[in-house]
Amino acid sequence: MTVDWSWIGDHTDDLTSLTVSHLEAALTAVLLGLLISLPLAVLAHRVRPLRGLLLGLSNVLFTIPSIAVFVLLLPVSGLTRTTTVIGLTIYTLVVLLRNTVEGLDSVPARTKEAAKAMGTRPLRTLLTVELPLALPVIMAGVRIATVMSISLVSVATYIGDGGLGQLFTDGFQRDFPTPVIVGVVLTLLLALVADALLVAVQYALTPWTRRRA
Amino acid sequence: MYELFENLGSWLVSGDQWSGTDGIAHRLAEHLQYSLLATLVAAAIALPVGLLIGHTGRGAFLAINLASFGRALPTVGLVVLVFLASGLSMWPVYIALVALAVPSIVTNTYAGMNAVDADVKDAARGQGMRGHQVLLQVELPLALPLIMTGLRLALIQVVATATIAAYVSFGGLGRYVFDGLAQRDLVQVLGGAVLVAVVAVVLDLALSALQRVLFRHRPA
Repeated sequence: MTVDWSWIGDHTDDLTSLTVSHLEAALTAVLLGLLISLPLAVLAHRVRPLRGLLLGLSNVLFTIPSIAVFVLLLPVSGLTRTTTVIGLTIYTLVVLLRNTVEGLDSVPARTKEAAKAMGTRPLRTLLTVELPLALPVIMAGVRIATVMSISLVSVATYIGDGGLGQLFTDGFQRDFPTPVIVGVVLTLLLALVADALLVAVQYALTPWTRRRA
Repeated sequence: MYELFENLGSWLVSGDQWSGTDGIAHRLAEHLQYSLLATLVAAAIALPVGLLIGHTGRGAFLAINLASFGRALPTVGLVVLVFLASGLSMWPVYIALVALAVPSIVTNTYAGMNAVDADVKDAARGQGMRGHQVLLQVELPLALPLIMTGLRLALIQVVATATIAAYVSFGGLGRYVFDGLAQRDLVQVLGGAVLVAVVAVVLDLALSALQRVLFRHRPA
């Protein structure tokens, strides 16, 4: 199995657009996942009976195979980018919801009471005390969800999308390993870079966690 | 839309659909065979590694990074790559499924071992227990719930992903998904997808019931 380097040179434009499209799908899904899971997590954190229900539901969603998720969405949104993004978003919810709830749980009760005693209103406490303190755990979830999404985009190649995943079907159909190797390497690189950037973001957002060192 | 679900219902319960080589019963057996064998092999590789890292405390950095590397590895790409290298054989399926399952098992085993109270381990050593005794009689039982969580997670992922065997011309429930996609037969595709999801959910529930029975005496 040898890499045909000239193929890579001839296809840099295609590779760039596939990479961009790949990243777009993954990042949109993580952002949507965050937008959906944040309010749900706050709800699950505050309303005990909802907690088991929401976390249980998201666990069941996780057991549905990714190919199946995309396929099950076909009657709803067809062979489109929307299907890819909805499918990926469903997957991110599992990780994001659980980590955000766990993050909110990890905020010490005394800290919340102190905020209350100082006359801070609940919404303000949530935004300025609880969420920032929950950030390390939430960010751990965001990192997992991002890496997972980047890896999963390629599954959408079966419904005609899939970013770099298209290189896998292409290589498979033509019995030509180069696109497949390039696709795997680029996916890994994307995940690595995105993960490193998220670590940097977390470092910048949580200056108080650094003082111990 | 309603009609689609009605057709799906009759597809799932029709007797013809359940019998024969392309019947659901046979495909289900294939799917379970791929999934269970891959998870067992993955457990045989990942459990000792996770236990060793947790026990010695060495190599944790490597294990965690390996796990995140494993999460980033696109399964479809891996299957196709191994397929092109090995030709028509079961290797692509098993290699991809094992690669998928190993990280979950290693990280959860390590996390379970790491969560064992250091005082408890000290107490065990103080009573004169040797390294392997501490590992097998103290750390392992205490880490078991998290280890089981890792195995469950791995099994779900493997069952869901074993669908891919059909892509490289093998069987399993993925056959319906890929054949349906090729024939533009949405009912068949949905039928396959629903069956895989049901298998994953049922296996997960069964394992968590088993877990509850095994660890009844211990608070979760």
